Amino acid sequence: MTDPHTTLSPLELESHDKTYLDANELVINMGPQHPATHGVLRVILRLDGEKVLGLECVIGYLHRGVEKIGEHRTYTMFNPYVDRMDYVAAVSNGLGYCETVEKLLNVEAPPRAQHVRVILTELNRIASHQLWLGTHALDIGAITPLFYTFRDREEILKIYEKYCGARLTTHAFRIGGLQYETYTGFEKEVKNFLTFFRPKIDEYEELLTTNRIWVERTKNVGTISAQHCIALGVTGPVLRASGVKWDLRKAQPYANYKNFDFEIPTGQNGDTYDRYLVRMAEMRQSVRIIQQAVDALPEGPIMAKVPKVMKPPAGEVYHSIEAPKGELGYFIVSDGSTQPYRVRVRPPSFVNLQALDVMCRGQLVADVIAVIGTLDIVLGEVDR
Amino acid sequence: MGAIIQYVQSYLSSDKTPGAAGNMFWALVYIMLVFGGLSVAVIAMNWLERKILAHMQVRLGPMRVGPHGLLQPIADAIKLLLKEDIMPAEADGFVFWMAPLIVVLAAFTVFVVVPFGTTHAITDMNIGILFMLGVSSLSVLGIVMAGWASNSHYPLMGALRSSAQMVSYEVAMGLAVVSAILMTSLNATGTGTLSMIGIVQAQQAQHEWFIFKFFPLGLIAFFIFAVAMVAETNRAPFDLAEAESELTAGFHTEYSGFRWSLFFLAEYSAMIAVSSIAVTLWLGGWLRPFPNMLNGNPWDQIFSFVPGVTFLFFAAICFYNTVRMPKHPLFRIQTIGLAGFGAVLGLIGVILFVPAVSTRIQDIFWFSAKVAGFMYLYIWYRGTFPRYRFDQLMQMGWKVLLPLGLGVLILTASVALLQQKLWHP
Repeated sequence: MTDPHTTLSPLELESHDKTYLDANELVINMGPQHPATHGVLRVILRLDGEKVLGLECVIGYLHRGVEKIGEHRTYTMFNPYVDRMDYVAAVSNGLGYCETVEKLLNVEAPPRAQHVRVILTELNRIASHQLWLGTHALDIGAITPLFYTFRDREEILKIYEKYCGARLTTHAFRIGGLQYETYTGFEKEVKNFLTFFRPKIDEYEELLTTNRIWVERTKNVGTISAQHCIALGVTGPVLRASGVKWDLRKAQPYANYKNFDFEIPTGQNGDTYDRYLVRMAEMRQSVRIIQQAVDALPEGPIMAKVPKVMKPPAGEVYHSIEAPKGELGYFIVSDGSTQPYRVRVRPPSFVNLQALDVMCRGQLVADVIAVIGTLDIVLGEVDR
Repeated sequence: MGAIIQYVQSYLSSDKTPGAAGNMFWALVYIMLVFGGLSVAVIAMNWLERKILAHMQVRLGPMRVGPHGLLQPIADAIKLLLKEDIMPAEADGFVFWMAPLIVVLAAFTVFVVVPFGTTHAITDMNIGILFMLGVSSLSVLGIVMAGWASNSHYPLMGALRSSAQMVSYEVAMGLAVVSAILMTSLNATGTGTLSMIGIVQAQQAQHEWFIFKFFPLGLIAFFIFAVAMVAETNRAPFDLAEAESELTAGFHTEYSGFRWSLFFLAEYSAMIAVSSIAVTLWLGGWLRPFPNMLNGNPWDQIFSFVPGVTFLFFAAICFYNTVRMPKHPLFRIQTIGLAGFGAVLGLIGVILFVPAVSTRIQDIFWFSAKVAGFMYLYIWYRGTFPRYRFDQLMQMGWKVLLPLGLGVLILTASVALLQQKLWHP
């Protein structure tokens, strides 16, 4: 197999002098209705037999204009909308938005709220990685892990449901703190979940990590170097699997992640197998963080003093958090009124998706599916 | 009336297959029986696959149509028959129409020589195994035609994948088969046979299933065949031709309704067919287990009870679940249905205890039980393994299985020759 990185520029596809009418090439439209494009991603594949010569992503099938809606809602009203972007990690989205507005308002959530935020976001990271694992394995042909991960993800969703009534689009946080005080028995249930979940990670790994076919399907597939990752702005587990130790929870600590002891798992090869291992290790680290947070959960208020009608001072702010899929950033411009002048979201999926062409070129069709799975994209977030 | 009974009896006491005896009437009856039995087997397999897979994946599977979803395959069959028959506008009509027919014909024709018992085969050809391999590989033609005629990219890629895969795995499969056929020549005359019945009779004469012959040579040959047959039938982990997540549905993407169900029928009967080859060649066909260790009269007697006991066991499971059914008026019909199903199974079990029936039926029972074991393996594979990639599949076929098959063939031949020279000078 040729190294796809040697003569590559991301714009090569457009400047290619061959047209789509070339008879030696097979142009295949994968999506927007395809079982393995994780929603409505459309990929135009240019194939030579089974080999991928190049591909182009067509996005926008799920565009709802979330950013534009933000300009016509007050800061509080816009909060639930962000849950609909990355709907498998809604809590992280909410955290990012709330923290950004808090930064703009110059308030800080009280310690108890910070702790609960960490617990819920880390639970969300586990849930998101579980969904990724299930669908990724399903794409590669192993159908059973999907049901195992969904069975265990259910326990997390139950905690969410008890906490805020919603399972998917949680709207768990408010600007300045939490939406609700935790319910009675919250700590116990989280702890129970942790003891329940630890052996489950081993169960997933038992099915896949040493499975010969799984290793063959993922090793040296969709390899991306650290330089390419950085050049394309790829973040999250994809970047870390390429060997870059970059995690915003450590690099620019937000919430109160600096109080917790955890490691940043990294890979070396930047292939699909490493990304798999990194995410599996991240689940274990999340369990560690939740354990620490729930053990040291302080008493106290859950809301900071925030004005009823929020009128942040005119100015702009960028704040980003480490969402399960990578760097999730919000850029908010305030003109001093109750509504933001502009909300710009930097979604990890959208940026990571750029790497698809780099990762797939020179590989086979089956690898495209594996790479789409390993990038862990959510089209709601890509299109917004 | 008496004449008819006499005729039936005279047939039943004959020791030849209807085809070999030239009895066209009985051949027709057998064809009907095999066809009907196969259709029932496919329906049962459909239900079992969904149920077993579901239980492996912590879910229930079909539960609504009939007790424990027993009628689900029938409901599905009706749905498929009533569906609109869609043919893509750009498709090549005739080829599109022919493709499922060829696949289904190839899958069913092989059963002409499958020996369910000493006389329980439609016919006994002296080239039986060759006929089976030849006809079953015809189905690749239908698949390529389906992919081509659909005039669509995904089916075309699926068809190309499947043809490359089937052709390359047939080589390894053939080598494994040859090494088993070599073992049939280990007798006084030194002549082997290609007849399916002859192969089982050779195992009977040698008091050993070929899987245990020249340990581990027979086992390795069996293993090669067992891998190749999964690839040959396009099942997980070699289901690249219909890789759902890659090629939507592969070569049958554009097929729907009854045409699609023909592909489905062919896939399952092809699975049964290749399993039958494996059972015939290595697992002693219709012979009961352990002929080399547990022979003699008491063991024959004990093993003749197994078919009846098995059916009674299934009946007992049905009755146990009947008792556990919710006591709600909504479930009354389901409870009655399950009890009725159990009663039918129990009745079959009781009939199987009648010596006259049991002596003629137990061959079929043992054969089907062994094939059912393979069917379970197929489902198990599907629940466990991810899918191979195309190049890896080819690599495995040509670089692993083929040399292994050649080696086993040479070793088997040498060992057989040595044995012939040393023990039968």
